[in-house]
Amino acid sequence: MKPPPFHYYDPGTVQEAIALLGSLDNAKLLAGGQSLMPMLNMRYVLPDHVIDLNRIPELSHIDESEDRIVIGAMTRQREIERSEFLARRCPIFREALIQVGHRQTRNRGTIGGSLCHLDPAAELPAVLAALDATIHVTGPQGSREVPIAEFPAFYMTPAIELDELVTSISFEPWPEGHKSAFVEFARRPGDFAIVGVAALLATNDAGEVLRAAVTLAGVAAGPVRCSAAEEQLVGAGIGDDLIRVAAETCRDIDAMEDVHAPSSYRQHLAAELVARAVQAAVDGPGAGLSR
Amino acid sequence: MSMTPEATDRRSISVTVNGQRHDVDVETRLTLADCLRHRLGLTGTHLGCEHGVCGACTVLVNGNTARSCLMLAVQADGAEIATVEGIASENGEWHPLQKAFHEHHALQCGFCTAGILTSMVEFLQENPDPDEPEVREALSGNICRCTGYQGIVQAVLDAARRLRSPNQESSS
Ligand code: FES
Ligand code: FES
Repeated sequence: MKPPPFHYYDPGTVQEAIALLGSLDNAKLLAGGQSLMPMLNMRYVLPDHVIDLNRIPELSHIDESEDRIVIGAMTRQREIERSEFLARRCPIFREALIQVGHRQTRNRGTIGGSLCHLDPAAELPAVLAALDATIHVTGPQGSREVPIAEFPAFYMTPAIELDELVTSISFEPWPEGHKSAFVEFARRPGDFAIVGVAALLATNDAGEVLRAAVTLAGVAAGPVRCSAAEEQLVGAGIGDDLIRVAAETCRDIDAMEDVHAPSSYRQHLAAELVARAVQAAVDGPGAGLSR
Repeated sequence: MSMTPEATDRRSISVTVNGQRHDVDVETRLTLADCLRHRLGLTGTHLGCEHGVCGACTVLVNGNTARSCLMLAVQADGAEIATVEGIASENGEWHPLQKAFHEHHALQCGFCTAGILTSMVEFLQENPDPDEPEVREALSGNICRCTGYQGIVQAVLDAARRLRSPNQESSS
C-alpha cells in the first residue's frame, strides 16, 4: 500500500501545468487527492508523472457575482460548503457537500477533482448538472467551454483531451429565495450514494412552479436530467399529488446495475428520492438531510 | 513504464510538526503519514487502511484535518502539521479531550484514538457546543473496531463541556 515511483511536479501557474501536461507521457493531475491517492496507494494507477495542482493559487477562488458565479477548479469542497455567499445564493451546494465523504476528506477534496474523477455516484456533478453549469477547460490550444451535459464522455471519463485541464466551473445563480434540496440514499453516512437527487425550484408567490431542475446521481455514468419530472412540475401549483406524479416519471429511467444494487432498485430509489427531494425543497433549508 | 525504484524522485522539504521544524530529504512518492512515522519517528499517527477510509491517520495541516495517508510529504513542504503527539500542552498536561477519553474509557486498543483526537480538536473549535447527533456525525469519518463508540461520544461531549468552562471538573 505505497504509491509507485513517479516523477513529481508542482507548477505554480496554469500555463506551467499545461506545458507539463503537453510534454509528458502517462501523466496524472493531482487535485485534492482523495480519489487519486487511494488509487496510487493501491497501485490501480501507475503514472510516470504526477502533476500536482495544489500550488496554483489562481485555481482556487469563489467569484461572488450575482450574474454568474465562478468557482475555481481547485477550490476545496469544504470552502464551498462554508461559503456564506453560496449558502445564501446557492444553498444546494452546502446541502450536497455535507453528504460528500467526511470533513477530513472535504478539507482536501476539490470541486474540479470531483468533476474530473466523475464517479457515477458523485454529488457535485449532479448539482452542477441541475445548475446547467459550464466547465472551463484550458489546453495548449487555448481555453474552451464545455456544457456540463456534454462533460461526461463515458464511465469515469470526462470529455476533455489528455493535455487539457479544468480551470473553473461557472453558472448563473437561480433567483434569490429559490428552493433546493439534495437527497441521497447511502448505506452509511459518507458512503457512496446508491442514488442521489438534486432539485431546484423557483416558485411565484402563489406557489406555482416557474422553473424546475431535477437531476440524478448514481444511475448512469454521468448525471441524468429528469426532464419529464421537470415538465410535470413547471406551471403547476406544488402539492402532494403533483410531486408524486412528477416523481413517478423517473420509475422507468435507464438505470445501471452493479454490486451495490440492481437497476430495478435504482429505479425505485429514483422515483422515491425525487419525491423526497422536491418535498424537501418545498419544506426549506436543511430538510433534505433528514430524508 | 514506471520508473525503477532506484530512479525515484527526491526532494528536500521543510515541515513544522508540533511546533518543531524538520528538514528532510524524501522520495516524492512518500506519503505524509510515512514521513511522520518513519522519517520523524512520530508513531502516534496510525495507519489502518492507507486509502482514506478509516481515519486513523488524521492529522492537522495548517489547522485543518487531513488524511495523512492521502497526502504526499512533499505537499506538506512549508506547512504546519499537528499530530496527536502535539495536542497536550507544552508542560505535558493532557488536552481536555485526552482527559475525557481516559475517564470515559473511550479507547480500548487505541489504534483509532490518534485520528479521533485530532479530528475532534478541529470539530470542537468549530462547534464548541455540539449535541450528540452532531458528535456522531463528526465521528463518521473515523472507524473504531473496539469500543462501539458509546464512550467516545460521551468523552467528546464531556470534553466540549470542559473546554467551554475550563475550571469545572468532569460532569461524569
Ligand atoms: S490510514 Fe489513512 S484513512 Fe485509514
Ligand atoms: S479503540 Fe481499538 S479501534 Fe478504537
